[in-house]
Amino acid sequence: MAIKPLKVQGNLQSPPLDQRSRDLRRLVIDALDGGGRGHIGSSMSLIEIVRVLYDDVLEFRPGEPDWPDRDRCILSKGHGCLALYAVLADKGFFAKEVLKSFCKQDSFLGGHPERGKVPGVEASTGALGHGLSIAVGMALAARLQKRDRRHFVVLGDGEINEGSVWEAAMSASKHQLSSLTAIVDYNKLQSYGPTAEVMDLEPLADKWRSFGFSVAEVDGHNVDDLRSTLGALPFDKQKPSAVIAHTVKGKGIPFAENDATWHHKSRLPDEQIAALYQALEDE
Amino acid sequence: MRKACLQSVYELAKKDPRIVFIGSDLGPGTLDDFKAEMPERFFMEGVAEQNVIGMAAGLAMEGFIPYVNTIASFLTRRCYEQLAIDLCLHNLPVRLIGNGGGLVYAPLGPTHLAIEDIAIMRALPRMTVVAPSDAEQMKQFMVETPDWPGPVYIRLGKGGDPVVSRPEDGFEIGKAIALRPAAEVALITTGVMVNRALAAADQLKADGIDCGVLNVHTIKPLDREAVLETAREARILLTLEEHTTTGGLGSAVLETLSDGLEQPWPVIRRLGIPDVFPGEYGSQDSMMESFGLQPPQIAETVHQILSETPLSKAS
Repeated sequence: MAIKPLKVQGNLQSPPLDQRSRDLRRLVIDALDGGGRGHIGSSMSLIEIVRVLYDDVLEFRPGEPDWPDRDRCILSKGHGCLALYAVLADKGFFAKEVLKSFCKQDSFLGGHPERGKVPGVEASTGALGHGLSIAVGMALAARLQKRDRRHFVVLGDGEINEGSVWEAAMSASKHQLSSLTAIVDYNKLQSYGPTAEVMDLEPLADKWRSFGFSVAEVDGHNVDDLRSTLGALPFDKQKPSAVIAHTVKGKGIPFAENDATWHHKSRLPDEQIAALYQALEDE
Repeated sequence: MRKACLQSVYELAKKDPRIVFIGSDLGPGTLDDFKAEMPERFFMEGVAEQNVIGMAAGLAMEGFIPYVNTIASFLTRRCYEQLAIDLCLHNLPVRLIGNGGGLVYAPLGPTHLAIEDIAIMRALPRMTVVAPSDAEQMKQFMVETPDWPGPVYIRLGKGGDPVVSRPEDGFEIGKAIALRPAAEVALITTGVMVNRALAAADQLKADGIDCGVLNVHTIKPLDREAVLETAREARILLTLEEHTTTGGLGSAVLETLSDGLEQPWPVIRRLGIPDVFPGEYGSQDSMMESFGLQPPQIAETVHQILSETPLSKAS
Protein backbone atom coordinates (compact mmCIF):
# COMPACT_ATOMS: atom_id res chain seq x y z
CA MET A 1 0.00 0.00 0.00
CA ALA A 2 1.02 3.58 -0.46
CA ILE A 3 1.83 4.96 2.94
CA LYS A 4 1.30 8.62 3.31
CA PRO A 5 4.13 10.30 5.18
CA LEU A 6 2.96 12.26 8.17
CA LYS A 7 4.99 15.12 9.45
CA VAL A 8 3.76 16.11 12.84
CA GLN A 9 5.13 18.93 14.89
CA GLY A 10 3.51 20.16 18.08
CA ASN A 11 -0.14 19.42 18.75
CA LEU A 12 -1.93 17.03 16.48
CA GLN A 13 -5.08 18.07 14.70
CA SER A 14 -6.87 14.90 15.77
CA PRO A 15 -10.64 14.63 15.69
CA PRO A 16 -12.36 15.07 19.08
CA LEU A 17 -12.39 11.99 21.29
CA ASP A 18 -15.52 9.93 20.80
CA GLN A 19 -17.58 8.34 23.54
CA ARG A 20 -15.64 5.07 23.55
CA SER A 21 -12.27 6.80 23.87
CA ARG A 22 -13.61 8.84 26.76
CA ASP A 23 -15.14 5.76 28.43
CA LEU A 24 -11.81 3.95 28.29
CA ARG A 25 -10.07 6.97 29.77
CA ARG A 26 -12.61 6.95 32.59
CA LEU A 27 -11.59 3.37 33.34
CA VAL A 28 -7.97 4.52 33.54
CA ILE A 29 -9.00 7.14 36.09
CA ASP A 30 -10.94 4.51 38.04
CA ALA A 31 -7.70 2.56 38.42
CA LEU A 32 -5.71 5.70 39.21
CA ASP A 33 -8.24 6.52 41.88
CA GLY A 34 -8.02 3.03 43.35
CA GLY A 35 -4.25 2.93 43.40
CA GLY A 36 -3.74 6.59 44.20
CA ARG A 37 -1.01 6.66 41.62
CA GLY A 38 -0.08 5.73 38.08
CA HIS A 39 1.59 6.66 34.83
CA ILE A 40 -1.29 8.76 33.66
CA GLY A 41 0.34 10.73 30.85
CA SER A 42 1.96 7.61 29.41
CA SER A 43 -1.35 5.73 29.49
CA MET A 44 -3.57 8.43 28.04
CA SER A 45 -1.38 8.70 24.94
CA LEU A 46 -1.88 4.98 24.32
CA ILE A 47 -5.64 4.64 24.52
CA GLU A 48 -6.51 4.78 20.84
CA ILE A 49 -3.62 2.46 19.96
CA VAL A 50 -4.76 -0.31 22.32
CA ARG A 51 -8.42 0.39 21.58
CA VAL A 52 -8.01 -0.17 17.86
CA LEU A 53 -5.73 -3.17 18.41
CA TYR A 54 -8.30 -4.92 20.63
CA ASP A 55 -11.42 -3.69 18.82
CA ASP A 56 -10.37 -4.16 15.23
CA VAL A 57 -7.07 -5.97 14.79
CA LEU A 58 -6.20 -8.72 17.27
CA GLU A 59 -7.67 -12.21 17.42
CA PHE A 60 -8.27 -13.27 21.04
CA ARG A 61 -10.75 -14.92 23.39
CA PRO A 62 -11.25 -13.11 26.70
CA GLY A 63 -12.65 -16.24 28.35
CA GLU A 64 -9.70 -18.31 27.13
CA PRO A 65 -6.70 -15.98 27.44
CA ASP A 66 -4.25 -18.79 26.61
CA TRP A 67 -6.04 -19.78 23.39
CA PRO A 68 -3.05 -20.96 21.33
CA ASP A 69 -4.03 -19.24 18.09
CA ARG A 70 -4.51 -15.80 19.62
CA ASP A 71 -2.43 -12.95 18.26
CA ARG A 72 0.31 -11.92 20.67
CA CYS A 73 0.38 -8.34 21.88
CA ILE A 74 3.09 -7.15 24.25
CA LEU A 75 2.96 -3.77 25.94
CA SER A 76 6.70 -3.28 26.05
CA LYS A 77 6.28 0.15 27.65
CA GLY A 78 4.88 -1.58 30.72
CA HIS A 79 4.36 1.69 32.56
CA GLY A 80 1.47 2.39 30.20
CA CYS A 81 -0.38 -0.58 31.72
CA LEU A 82 -3.38 1.48 32.86
CA ALA A 83 -4.42 1.81 29.22
CA LEU A 84 -4.00 -1.92 28.67
CA TYR A 85 -5.84 -2.81 31.89
CA ALA A 86 -8.73 -0.55 30.86
CA VAL A 87 -9.09 -2.26 27.50
CA LEU A 88 -8.65 -5.78 28.92
CA ALA A 89 -11.33 -5.07 31.52
CA ASP A 90 -13.58 -3.59 28.85
CA LYS A 91 -13.13 -6.73 26.76
CA GLY A 92 -14.00 -8.97 29.69
CA PHE A 93 -10.60 -10.51 30.50
CA PHE A 94 -11.47 -9.51 34.06
CA ALA A 95 -14.17 -7.44 35.75
CA LYS A 96 -14.02 -3.67 35.53
CA GLU A 97 -14.35 -3.48 39.32
CA VAL A 98 -10.88 -5.05 39.59
CA LEU A 99 -9.41 -1.83 38.20
CA LYS A 100 -10.08 -0.21 41.56
CA SER A 101 -7.58 -2.61 43.15
CA PHE A 102 -4.71 -1.21 41.08
CA CYS A 103 -1.40 -1.43 42.99
CA LYS A 104 -3.04 -2.73 46.14
CA GLN A 105 -1.24 -5.46 48.07
CA ASP A 106 -3.35 -8.41 46.95
CA SER A 107 -4.24 -7.15 43.50
CA PHE A 108 -3.12 -8.82 40.30
CA LEU A 109 -2.96 -5.38 38.68
CA GLY A 110 0.45 -3.98 39.55
CA GLY A 111 2.13 -0.79 38.46
CA HIS A 112 3.64 -2.80 35.63
CA PRO A 113 1.86 -5.73 33.96
CA GLU A 114 2.80 -9.33 34.76
CA ARG A 115 2.33 -12.45 32.69
CA GLY A 116 0.67 -15.20 34.66
CA LYS A 117 -1.09 -12.70 36.89
CA VAL A 118 -3.11 -10.52 34.54
CA PRO A 119 -5.28 -12.46 32.07
CA GLY A 120 -4.35 -11.29 28.58
CA VAL A 121 -0.87 -10.04 29.44
CA GLU A 122 1.74 -11.85 27.35
CA ALA A 123 4.94 -10.68 29.04
CA SER A 124 5.99 -9.04 32.28
CA THR A 125 7.28 -5.66 31.24
CA GLY A 126 8.30 -2.48 32.94
CA ALA A 127 12.02 -2.84 32.56
CA LEU A 128 12.24 -1.17 29.18
CA GLY A 129 13.57 -2.60 25.95
CA HIS A 130 12.54 -6.22 26.49
CA GLY A 131 9.30 -6.66 24.54
CA LEU A 132 10.56 -6.60 20.98
CA SER A 133 13.12 -9.39 21.56
CA ILE A 134 10.50 -11.55 23.25
CA ALA A 135 8.17 -11.00 20.29
CA VAL A 136 10.99 -11.95 17.89
CA GLY A 137 11.24 -15.26 19.75
CA MET A 138 7.47 -15.73 19.65
CA ALA A 139 7.36 -14.98 15.93
CA LEU A 140 10.17 -17.47 15.26
CA ALA A 141 8.25 -20.01 17.34
CA ALA A 142 5.12 -19.40 15.28
CA ARG A 143 7.11 -20.00 12.11
CA LEU A 144 8.55 -23.25 13.50
CA GLN A 145 5.10 -24.38 14.65
CA LYS A 146 3.53 -23.27 11.36
CA ARG A 147 1.03 -21.14 13.19
CA ASP A 148 -0.46 -18.25 11.30
CA ARG A 149 -0.70 -15.61 14.01
CA ARG A 150 0.59 -12.07 14.38
CA HIS A 151 2.74 -10.32 16.95
CA PHE A 152 2.41 -6.72 18.09
CA VAL A 153 4.74 -4.82 20.37
CA VAL A 154 3.84 -1.39 21.70
CA LEU A 155 6.92 0.64 22.56
CA GLY A 156 7.43 3.99 24.22
CA ASP A 157 9.52 6.71 22.65
CA GLY A 158 11.77 6.97 25.70
CA GLU A 159 11.96 3.19 25.73
CA ILE A 160 13.57 3.02 22.32
CA ASN A 161 16.62 4.79 23.74
CA GLU A 162 17.50 1.26 24.86
CA GLY A 163 20.05 -0.46 22.64
CA SER A 164 18.30 -3.79 23.11
CA VAL A 165 15.39 -2.49 21.01
CA TRP A 166 17.72 -2.02 18.07
CA GLU A 167 19.35 -5.42 18.59
CA ALA A 168 15.85 -6.88 18.36
CA ALA A 169 15.03 -4.76 15.32
CA MET A 170 18.08 -6.14 13.48
CA SER A 171 17.04 -9.66 14.41
CA ALA A 172 13.41 -9.19 13.29
CA SER A 173 14.62 -7.87 9.98
CA LYS A 174 17.20 -10.62 9.50
CA HIS A 175 14.48 -13.22 9.96
CA GLN A 176 12.01 -11.30 7.75
CA LEU A 177 9.39 -11.51 10.46
CA SER A 178 6.45 -10.03 8.60
CA SER A 179 4.13 -11.29 11.35
CA LEU A 180 5.76 -8.77 13.70
CA THR A 181 4.72 -5.14 14.08
CA ALA A 182 6.37 -2.60 16.35
CA ILE A 183 4.13 0.32 17.28
CA VAL A 184 5.85 3.35 18.76
CA ASP A 185 3.77 5.59 20.99
CA TYR A 186 5.57 8.74 19.94
CA ASN A 187 4.24 11.32 22.37
CA LYS A 188 7.58 13.12 22.29
CA LEU A 189 7.89 13.48 26.04
CA GLN A 190 9.92 11.10 28.12
CA SER A 191 10.18 11.23 31.89
CA TYR A 192 12.54 14.17 32.19
CA GLY A 193 11.31 16.19 29.26
CA PRO A 194 11.09 16.37 25.46
CA THR A 195 12.63 13.43 23.60
CA ALA A 196 14.14 16.02 21.27
CA GLU A 197 16.25 17.23 24.18
CA VAL A 198 16.82 14.12 26.31
CA MET A 199 17.68 11.76 23.44
CA ASP A 200 16.54 12.86 20.04
CA LEU A 201 15.03 10.02 18.02
CA GLU A 202 14.84 11.77 14.67
CA PRO A 203 14.81 10.81 11.91
CA LEU A 204 12.73 8.10 13.55
CA ALA A 205 10.94 6.62 10.53
CA ASP A 206 14.24 6.49 8.68
CA LYS A 207 15.83 4.69 11.61
CA TRP A 208 13.27 1.89 11.49
CA ARG A 209 13.46 1.81 7.72
CA SER A 210 17.23 1.49 7.80
CA PHE A 211 16.87 -1.38 10.26
CA GLY A 212 14.84 -3.25 7.66
CA PHE A 213 11.27 -2.41 8.66
CA SER A 214 8.46 -1.24 6.45
CA VAL A 215 7.23 1.92 8.14
CA ALA A 216 3.99 3.86 8.38
CA GLU A 217 3.25 6.99 10.37
CA VAL A 218 -0.20 7.66 11.79
CA ASP A 219 -2.04 10.07 14.01
CA GLY A 220 -2.20 7.88 17.11
CA HIS A 221 -5.46 9.44 18.30
CA ASN A 222 -7.29 9.17 14.98
CA VAL A 223 -9.21 5.93 15.22
CA ASP A 224 -9.99 5.74 11.50
CA ASP A 225 -6.39 6.40 10.62
CA LEU A 226 -5.20 3.69 13.04
CA ARG A 227 -7.78 1.21 11.71
CA SER A 228 -6.78 1.67 8.11
CA THR A 229 -3.07 1.54 8.84
CA LEU A 230 -3.17 -1.48 11.15
CA GLY A 231 -5.67 -3.11 8.82
CA ALA A 232 -3.12 -2.96 6.00
CA LEU A 233 -0.50 -5.04 7.83
CA PRO A 234 1.90 -6.42 6.87
CA PHE A 235 3.08 -3.54 4.72
CA ASP A 236 5.64 -5.80 3.08
CA LYS A 237 5.52 -9.61 3.06
CA GLN A 238 9.29 -9.84 3.46
CA LYS A 239 9.71 -7.36 6.31
CA PRO A 240 8.60 -6.63 9.83
CA SER A 241 6.46 -3.51 10.10
CA ALA A 242 6.82 -0.41 12.24
CA VAL A 243 4.01 2.02 12.93
CA ILE A 244 5.02 5.35 14.36
CA ALA A 245 1.96 6.66 16.14
CA HIS A 246 2.18 10.40 16.74
CA THR A 247 0.44 10.99 20.02
CA VAL A 248 0.00 13.50 22.79
CA LYS A 249 1.13 12.66 26.28
CA GLY A 250 -1.84 12.97 28.65
CA LYS A 251 -4.28 13.08 25.70
CA GLY A 252 -7.83 13.89 26.73
CA ILE A 253 -6.90 15.70 29.94
CA PRO A 254 -6.17 19.24 28.74
CA PHE A 255 -4.27 20.32 31.85
CA ALA A 256 -2.04 17.22 31.63
CA GLU A 257 -1.41 17.23 27.90
CA ASN A 258 2.20 17.68 26.81
CA ASP A 259 3.28 18.14 30.42
CA ALA A 260 6.16 15.94 31.58
CA THR A 261 5.09 16.33 35.21
CA TRP A 262 2.05 14.16 34.36
CA HIS A 263 4.25 11.24 33.21
CA HIS A 264 3.59 9.65 36.60
CA LYS A 265 1.60 10.91 39.56
CA SER A 266 1.29 9.56 43.07
CA ARG A 267 -0.73 10.62 46.13
CA LEU A 268 -3.40 12.14 43.92
CA PRO A 269 -5.87 14.04 46.12
CA ASP A 270 -9.61 13.48 45.63
CA GLU A 271 -10.10 16.89 44.08
CA GLN A 272 -7.50 16.13 41.43
CA ILE A 273 -9.16 12.79 40.63
CA ALA A 274 -12.45 14.71 40.32
CA ALA A 275 -10.75 17.17 38.00
CA LEU A 276 -9.54 14.30 35.81
CA TYR A 277 -13.07 12.91 35.46
CA GLN A 278 -14.40 16.41 34.82
CA ALA A 279 -11.81 17.06 32.12
CA LEU A 280 -13.21 14.13 30.15
CA GLU A 281 -16.73 15.53 30.45
CA ASP A 282 -15.52 18.83 29.07
CA GLU A 283 -13.53 17.26 26.25
CA MET B 1 33.78 -30.13 28.26
CA ARG B 2 32.40 -27.60 25.81
CA LYS B 3 32.55 -30.12 23.00
CA ALA B 4 30.75 -32.70 25.14
CA CYS B 5 28.15 -30.10 26.10
CA LEU B 6 27.39 -28.94 22.57
CA GLN B 7 27.45 -32.49 21.24
CA SER B 8 24.84 -33.31 23.88
CA VAL B 9 22.68 -30.41 22.70
CA TYR B 10 22.85 -31.85 19.19
CA GLU B 11 21.99 -35.37 20.36
CA LEU B 12 19.14 -34.11 22.53
CA ALA B 13 17.76 -31.94 19.72
CA LYS B 14 17.65 -34.90 17.35
CA LYS B 15 15.26 -36.61 19.73
CA ASP B 16 13.36 -33.64 21.08
CA PRO B 17 11.74 -31.17 18.65
CA ARG B 18 11.32 -28.62 21.45
CA ILE B 19 15.06 -27.99 21.57
CA VAL B 20 16.55 -25.04 19.68
CA PHE B 21 20.11 -23.72 19.72
CA ILE B 22 20.97 -20.03 19.84
CA GLY B 23 24.57 -18.82 19.62
CA SER B 24 25.79 -15.24 19.60
CA ASP B 25 28.77 -15.05 17.26
CA LEU B 26 30.58 -18.32 17.93
CA GLY B 27 33.57 -19.77 16.12
CA PRO B 28 33.14 -21.04 12.57
CA GLY B 29 32.02 -24.65 12.44
CA THR B 30 30.21 -24.60 15.78
CA LEU B 31 27.53 -27.32 15.70
CA ASP B 32 27.72 -27.70 11.93
CA ASP B 33 25.93 -31.04 12.17
CA PHE B 34 23.06 -29.45 14.06
CA LYS B 35 22.85 -26.66 11.51
CA ALA B 36 22.94 -29.06 8.57
CA GLU B 37 20.35 -31.46 9.94
CA MET B 38 18.03 -29.12 11.81
CA PRO B 39 18.62 -25.71 10.21
CA GLU B 40 15.25 -24.31 11.29
CA ARG B 41 16.19 -24.83 14.95
CA PHE B 42 19.71 -23.40 14.70
CA PHE B 43 20.17 -19.69 15.28
CA MET B 44 23.36 -17.60 15.22
CA GLU B 45 22.23 -14.16 16.26
CA GLY B 46 25.31 -11.97 16.39
CA VAL B 47 26.95 -9.99 19.14
CA ALA B 48 23.65 -9.03 20.73
CA GLU B 49 23.31 -10.88 24.01
CA GLN B 50 20.31 -8.89 25.23
CA ASN B 51 18.34 -9.83 22.15
CA VAL B 52 19.52 -13.42 22.30
CA ILE B 53 18.09 -13.83 25.80
CA GLY B 54 14.83 -12.03 25.03
CA MET B 55 14.39 -14.09 21.88
CA ALA B 56 15.09 -17.29 23.84
CA ALA B 57 12.42 -16.20 26.32
CA GLY B 58 9.89 -15.70 23.52
CA LEU B 59 10.65 -19.13 22.10
CA ALA B 60 10.38 -20.70 25.54
CA MET B 61 7.03 -19.00 26.19
CA GLU B 62 5.76 -20.82 23.09
CA GLY B 63 6.94 -24.24 24.23
CA PHE B 64 10.52 -24.48 23.00
CA ILE B 65 13.61 -25.27 25.10
CA PRO B 66 16.40 -22.96 23.94
CA TYR B 67 20.04 -23.79 24.63
CA VAL B 68 21.98 -20.53 24.44
CA ASN B 69 25.74 -20.45 24.11
CA THR B 70 28.31 -17.71 24.30
CA ILE B 71 31.30 -16.62 26.39
CA ALA B 72 30.41 -16.80 30.09
CA SER B 73 31.34 -13.22 30.95
CA PHE B 74 29.02 -11.84 28.27
CA LEU B 75 26.28 -14.39 28.91
CA THR B 76 26.08 -13.40 32.56
CA ARG B 77 27.00 -9.73 32.82
CA ARG B 78 26.01 -8.21 29.51
CA CYS B 79 22.38 -9.28 29.59
CA TYR B 80 21.80 -9.58 33.32
CA GLU B 81 18.47 -7.77 33.29
CA GLN B 82 17.19 -10.01 30.50
CA LEU B 83 18.25 -13.03 32.56
CA ALA B 84 16.45 -11.70 35.63
CA ILE B 85 13.25 -10.49 33.97
CA ASP B 86 12.82 -12.42 30.75
CA LEU B 87 13.99 -15.80 32.07
CA CYS B 88 13.75 -15.91 35.86
CA LEU B 89 10.65 -13.79 36.47
CA HIS B 90 8.83 -15.74 33.75
CA ASN B 91 10.40 -19.01 34.98
CA LEU B 92 11.30 -20.22 31.51
CA PRO B 93 13.27 -23.35 30.60
CA VAL B 94 16.21 -21.68 28.87
CA ARG B 95 19.64 -23.30 29.23
CA LEU B 96 22.61 -20.91 29.33
CA ILE B 97 25.93 -22.44 28.35
CA GLY B 98 28.81 -20.18 29.40
CA ASN B 99 32.16 -20.82 27.73
CA GLY B 100 35.24 -20.23 29.82
CA GLY B 101 33.90 -20.04 33.35
CA GLY B 102 36.52 -18.87 35.84
CA LEU B 103 40.06 -18.18 34.66
CA VAL B 104 39.97 -20.07 31.35
CA TYR B 105 40.51 -16.90 29.34
CA ALA B 106 43.46 -15.77 31.47
CA PRO B 107 45.60 -14.75 28.47
CA LEU B 108 42.77 -12.55 27.16
CA GLY B 109 42.61 -10.47 30.30
CA PRO B 110 39.94 -9.30 32.72
CA THR B 111 37.29 -8.45 30.11
CA HIS B 112 36.96 -12.16 29.37
CA LEU B 113 37.25 -13.69 32.82
CA ALA B 114 34.09 -14.98 34.44
CA ILE B 115 35.01 -15.01 38.11
CA GLU B 116 31.80 -13.63 39.60
CA ASP B 117 29.38 -15.53 37.37
CA ILE B 118 28.31 -17.99 40.05
CA ALA B 119 27.65 -15.17 42.52
CA ILE B 120 25.48 -13.14 40.20
CA MET B 121 23.66 -16.10 38.71
CA ARG B 122 22.82 -17.68 42.03
CA ALA B 123 21.47 -14.35 43.26
CA LEU B 124 18.63 -14.67 40.75
CA PRO B 125 15.48 -16.37 42.05
CA ARG B 126 14.63 -19.57 40.12
CA MET B 127 18.05 -19.81 38.44
CA THR B 128 19.77 -23.21 38.67
CA VAL B 129 23.59 -23.06 38.58
CA VAL B 130 25.64 -26.09 37.56
CA ALA B 131 29.42 -26.50 37.05
CA PRO B 132 30.29 -30.07 36.05
CA SER B 133 33.79 -31.28 36.84
CA ASP B 134 34.67 -32.79 33.46
CA ALA B 135 33.38 -33.85 30.05
CA GLU B 136 31.95 -37.14 31.28
CA GLN B 137 30.01 -35.48 34.06
CA MET B 138 28.84 -32.90 31.54
CA LYS B 139 27.32 -35.67 29.42
CA GLN B 140 25.62 -37.21 32.45
CA PHE B 141 24.25 -33.81 33.39
CA MET B 142 23.06 -32.73 29.96
CA VAL B 143 20.58 -35.58 29.59
CA GLU B 144 18.88 -34.26 32.72
CA THR B 145 18.45 -30.74 31.32
CA PRO B 146 15.50 -30.84 28.88
CA ASP B 147 12.81 -31.32 31.47
CA TRP B 148 14.37 -29.45 34.40
CA PRO B 149 12.01 -26.59 35.33
CA GLY B 150 13.15 -22.99 34.98
CA PRO B 151 16.38 -21.48 33.69
CA VAL B 152 19.77 -23.16 34.11
CA TYR B 153 23.25 -21.64 33.96
CA ILE B 154 25.90 -24.13 32.86
CA ARG B 155 29.49 -23.18 33.59
CA LEU B 156 31.99 -24.69 31.18
CA GLY B 157 35.66 -25.36 31.84
CA LYS B 158 38.38 -25.06 29.28
CA GLY B 159 38.24 -28.54 27.83
CA GLY B 160 40.69 -31.40 28.23
CA ASP B 161 40.21 -31.31 31.98
CA PRO B 162 41.07 -34.64 33.62
CA VAL B 163 38.05 -36.90 34.02
CA VAL B 164 37.53 -37.45 37.73
CA SER B 165 33.81 -38.14 37.83
CA ARG B 166 32.76 -41.80 38.14
CA PRO B 167 29.94 -43.26 36.06
CA GLU B 168 28.66 -45.23 39.04
CA ASP B 169 27.90 -42.04 40.97
CA GLY B 170 25.26 -41.09 38.42
CA PHE B 171 24.05 -37.53 38.23
CA GLU B 172 21.14 -35.77 39.77
CA ILE B 173 20.78 -32.00 39.55
CA GLY B 174 21.03 -30.61 43.08
CA LYS B 175 22.60 -33.75 44.56
CA ALA B 176 26.26 -33.40 45.54
CA ILE B 177 28.62 -36.34 45.14
CA ALA B 178 31.03 -37.45 47.88
CA LEU B 179 34.07 -38.52 45.86
CA ARG B 180 35.97 -39.23 49.06
CA PRO B 181 33.96 -39.99 52.21
CA ALA B 182 33.52 -37.30 54.82
CA ALA B 183 36.51 -37.01 57.13
CA GLU B 184 38.03 -34.62 59.65
CA VAL B 185 39.42 -32.57 56.80
CA ALA B 186 36.80 -31.76 54.22
CA LEU B 187 37.16 -30.18 50.79
CA ILE B 188 33.95 -28.86 49.27
CA THR B 189 34.37 -27.84 45.67
CA THR B 190 32.87 -27.48 42.20
CA GLY B 191 33.72 -27.47 38.50
CA VAL B 192 37.30 -28.10 37.43
CA MET B 193 38.50 -27.44 40.97
CA VAL B 194 37.23 -30.95 41.75
CA ASN B 195 40.26 -32.52 40.07
CA ARG B 196 42.59 -30.22 41.99
CA ALA B 197 40.84 -31.05 45.26
CA LEU B 198 41.28 -34.75 44.56
CA ALA B 199 44.98 -34.29 43.76
CA ALA B 200 45.39 -32.30 46.98
CA ALA B 201 43.55 -35.05 48.91
CA ASP B 202 45.90 -37.65 47.41
CA GLN B 203 48.90 -35.65 48.52
CA LEU B 204 47.48 -35.19 52.02
CA LYS B 205 46.66 -38.90 52.19
CA ALA B 206 50.33 -39.61 51.51
CA ASP B 207 51.06 -37.33 54.46
CA GLY B 208 48.70 -39.40 56.59
CA ILE B 209 45.73 -37.04 56.50
CA ASP B 210 42.34 -38.28 55.31
CA CYS B 211 40.35 -35.76 53.30
CA GLY B 212 36.74 -35.90 52.32
CA VAL B 213 35.97 -34.43 48.90
CA LEU B 214 32.46 -33.28 48.05
CA ASN B 215 31.70 -32.39 44.43
CA VAL B 216 29.01 -29.75 44.54
CA HIS B 217 28.35 -29.72 40.79
CA THR B 218 25.07 -27.91 41.45
CA ILE B 219 25.73 -24.70 43.33
CA LYS B 220 22.06 -23.82 43.24
CA PRO B 221 19.94 -25.46 44.49
CA LEU B 222 22.70 -26.39 46.93
CA ASP B 223 22.59 -29.89 48.42
CA ARG B 224 22.04 -28.63 51.94
CA GLU B 225 22.04 -32.03 53.60
CA ALA B 226 25.29 -33.14 51.98
CA VAL B 227 27.01 -29.88 52.97
CA LEU B 228 25.77 -30.11 56.57
CA GLU B 229 26.73 -33.78 56.81
CA THR B 230 30.22 -33.03 55.53
CA ALA B 231 30.60 -30.14 57.96
CA ARG B 232 29.41 -32.21 60.93
CA GLU B 233 32.19 -34.75 60.28
CA ALA B 234 34.86 -32.12 59.73
CA ARG B 235 37.25 -30.35 62.04
CA ILE B 236 38.69 -28.41 59.13
CA LEU B 237 36.57 -27.45 56.15
CA LEU B 238 37.84 -25.81 53.00
CA THR B 239 35.76 -24.56 50.10
CA LEU B 240 37.66 -24.42 46.82
CA GLU B 241 36.47 -22.44 43.84
CA GLU B 242 37.78 -20.89 40.65
CA HIS B 243 35.71 -17.83 41.48
CA THR B 244 35.75 -14.80 43.71
CA THR B 245 35.20 -15.62 47.37
CA THR B 246 32.49 -12.95 47.35
CA GLY B 247 29.22 -14.74 46.75
CA GLY B 248 30.32 -18.00 45.20
CA LEU B 249 30.41 -21.58 46.46
CA GLY B 250 32.17 -20.65 49.69
CA SER B 251 29.52 -18.07 50.46
CA ALA B 252 26.73 -20.50 49.60
CA VAL B 253 28.24 -23.09 51.93
CA LEU B 254 28.60 -20.56 54.75
CA GLU B 255 25.01 -19.45 54.33
CA THR B 256 23.86 -23.05 54.59
CA LEU B 257 26.02 -23.75 57.63
CA SER B 258 24.88 -20.57 59.30
CA ASP B 259 21.27 -21.65 58.84
CA GLY B 260 21.70 -25.26 59.96
CA LEU B 261 25.00 -26.33 61.53
CA GLU B 262 25.05 -27.01 65.25
CA GLN B 263 28.04 -26.06 67.44
CA PRO B 264 30.90 -26.75 67.53
CA TRP B 265 31.85 -25.59 64.06
CA PRO B 266 34.91 -26.73 62.15
CA VAL B 267 37.64 -24.28 61.21
CA ILE B 268 36.48 -22.95 57.81
CA ARG B 269 38.58 -21.41 55.04
CA ARG B 270 37.32 -20.25 51.67
CA LEU B 271 39.94 -20.62 48.95
CA GLY B 272 39.27 -18.75 45.75
CA ILE B 273 39.98 -15.47 44.05
CA PRO B 274 40.08 -12.36 46.24
CA ASP B 275 38.01 -9.26 45.51
CA VAL B 276 40.21 -8.04 42.64
CA PHE B 277 40.43 -7.86 38.87
CA PRO B 278 43.37 -10.18 38.22
CA GLY B 279 46.18 -8.01 36.93
CA GLU B 280 48.16 -10.66 35.04
CA TYR B 281 47.76 -12.83 31.95
CA GLY B 282 49.48 -16.19 31.45
CA SER B 283 47.29 -19.28 31.62
CA GLN B 284 44.43 -20.66 33.67
CA ASP B 285 46.95 -22.80 35.55
CA SER B 286 49.42 -19.99 36.20
CA MET B 287 46.66 -17.71 37.41
CA MET B 288 45.30 -20.43 39.69
CA GLU B 289 48.78 -20.74 41.13
CA SER B 290 48.87 -17.00 41.76
CA PHE B 291 45.72 -17.40 43.82
CA GLY B 292 46.94 -20.50 45.71
CA LEU B 293 44.48 -22.86 44.04
CA GLN B 294 46.80 -25.61 42.74
CA PRO B 295 46.91 -28.96 44.56
CA PRO B 296 50.27 -28.50 46.37
CA GLN B 297 49.11 -25.11 47.58
CA ILE B 298 45.80 -26.50 48.78
CA ALA B 299 47.66 -29.25 50.66
CA GLU B 300 50.03 -26.67 52.11
CA THR B 301 47.09 -24.58 53.31
CA VAL B 302 45.65 -27.63 55.05
CA HIS B 303 49.02 -28.34 56.70
CA GLN B 304 49.23 -24.75 57.85
CA ILE B 305 45.76 -24.84 59.40
CA LEU B 306 46.62 -28.17 61.02
CA SER B 307 49.71 -26.67 62.57
CA GLU B 308 47.46 -24.08 64.22
CA THR B 309 44.48 -26.38 64.85
CA PRO B 310 45.47 -30.00 65.49
CA LEU B 311 42.82 -32.60 64.70
CA SER B 312 41.17 -34.34 67.64
CA LYS B 313 42.78 -37.65 66.59
CA ALA B 314 46.24 -36.11 66.69
CA SER B 315 45.77 -34.29 69.97
